[in-house]
Amino acid sequence: MSAPDPAAGLLPPQATYGQLVATVSDRVQRQGPGRAWIIAFALASLMTLMLAGCITLLFVHGIGILGNNTAVVWGFPIANYVWWIGIGNAGTFISAALLLTRQPWRAAINRFAEVMTIFAVAMAGIFPILHLGRPGYAYWLTPYPNSMDLWPQWRSALVWDFASIVAYLVFSLIFWFLGLIPDMATLRDRARTRAGQVIYGVLALGWRGSARHWQLHDRLYRTLAAMALPLVVSVHSVAAMDFAASLMPGWQETIFPPYFVIGALFSGFGMVVLLAALIRQGLGLQAIITHRHFAVMGKVILAGSLGMALSYGTEWFSAWTSGEPAEREHLRFLFTGDYAPLYLAMLCCNLLVPQLLWSGRARASIVMVVAVAVVLNIGMWLERILIIWNTLSHTHLPSMRGVFMPTLWDWLILAGSLGFFAFLMLVFARILPAAAMHDLGKLLYQREQSR
Amino acid sequence: MTAPLLLAEFRDPETLLQAARRAQKAGLRGLDAHTPFPVEGLPDALELPESWLRLPMLLAGLVAAALVFVMCWYSAVVDYPLNLGSRPLNSWQTFLILAFEAGILCAALVGALAFFLGSGLPRLHHPLFAAPGFERASQDRFFLSVADPRADAARLMALLEGIDTLSIQAVPR
Repeated sequence: MSAPDPAAGLLPPQATYGQLVATVSDRVQRQGPGRAWIIAFALASLMTLMLAGCITLLFVHGIGILGNNTAVVWGFPIANYVWWIGIGNAGTFISAALLLTRQPWRAAINRFAEVMTIFAVAMAGIFPILHLGRPGYAYWLTPYPNSMDLWPQWRSALVWDFASIVAYLVFSLIFWFLGLIPDMATLRDRARTRAGQVIYGVLALGWRGSARHWQLHDRLYRTLAAMALPLVVSVHSVAAMDFAASLMPGWQETIFPPYFVIGALFSGFGMVVLLAALIRQGLGLQAIITHRHFAVMGKVILAGSLGMALSYGTEWFSAWTSGEPAEREHLRFLFTGDYAPLYLAMLCCNLLVPQLLWSGRARASIVMVVAVAVVLNIGMWLERILIIWNTLSHTHLPSMRGVFMPTLWDWLILAGSLGFFAFLMLVFARILPAAAMHDLGKLLYQREQSR
Repeated sequence: MTAPLLLAEFRDPETLLQAARRAQKAGLRGLDAHTPFPVEGLPDALELPESWLRLPMLLAGLVAAALVFVMCWYSAVVDYPLNLGSRPLNSWQTFLILAFEAGILCAALVGALAFFLGSGLPRLHHPLFAAPGFERASQDRFFLSVADPRADAARLMALLEGIDTLSIQAVPR
């Protein structure tokens, strides 16, 4: 049989099962962290401490320390929330969609993409609480029997937000941990220290690779993957409805849910590309995270950029065709108002720069794909903040208009969340296998069969 | 004491599949395999029963979604009616979002529970772990285990004649 090799360019030509396992697990079990990891970890720890300090200050002084004002009542925290949850959307989506569509390039990247999702959703979950004037009451969003006889307001998009974040986070944890169990068994069996055997042994739950267990595992994993796709779409659609379900100019468009979902996958793929490059370099996984991965993800980013262009176009067109003066003036404000330079920069980052990836040579260059990914994530952050600023700064009532000026604390909290995310990813890279070893084995078996 | 488990070791999934088919055909009972990744065709070769995971997941998801919908309806229409800009009290479209999230979440939780019940995990100790070389079952070796009181190592070896078997051992249990 000479079917095309499904693993071409994804696995080393002479790879064996044992080698693949060693490539991934030795980084965790046989090698020290290395200087770059230690420096990065120290910096990320400092930024995490800074975030804790900023949050403490915010809780003590209230949201007055942020740039939020009476016009722009939603500032950085909500933009950061939407941005992080967008990134968080991609990991589980990538893992699930590529599993269901049987893409061979899923194997090396799904694990850290799932971890990215969990951490990014956790970051996202912090922000709405930070943004509450009285964060201690965040739990009022849950329906619980209370002496006040109150119920949450089910028609509020914020209650949907809360439900979808919690559901998505718990779901992603289950999906991720289920995939991790067999790899924990591999680490248990390769551990040389007693502590390693005990810790990984407990996490492996006694996994022994039984065919019966694999059958159940596979069935559950695929079922969860099929459920993950509508869930992912629902999560960012709900975030979009925070905006779409209002009467403000620029915030009443039915395009928002799909537009936000595309934007989420777009920025999430960008983050996966960035993390793939860092993990490849940092853990020396050049053998299994290859040029082909970056080339394929470059194509996905390009498709995402075109989807964004269509969404922006629809937004502008429906504002114009509505004939509503407030909507049309909002459109004019986007291009000529206080934030026009940022808006143009955003269009440049999200629409123009990714067009570089039409070129096969650009996609073949990892540096190029990563550069585009970083630029588009800046662009997507600008989009999230501008959706808030442009509408709230330019409402129906001229006396209620005002410009947002970020404060130092706004920036520090944003930077702190990046630092905390980096901290968690660095810990992950040191204690858990960065790639799903059993999926790599399966891919190698598919190649052997095709020969 | 029950009869020992027989454990045959192979270098690759193809050989394991051959061995599994032959053992199944010979009428050996209590067959199982231990592999580092799910081998396609192995459940068929071992004639494992179809897994029943999806039905409880579906039921759990539907029940959870229905319960959440009823909760929203009850609180918004009966227990705590609130007139918000003359919107209908039973604005069922918005309740569907919460019902959907609850359904997916509950189905996933029940799926995980069913997986653990069906597989008997977590079970940190198993006699197989004492078998020398079994640690490679999670890395690069493929094992067939036979828990049939009528079989012994010699008979299994005769049965696997012509198949590239690395070792056959009896594991006390």
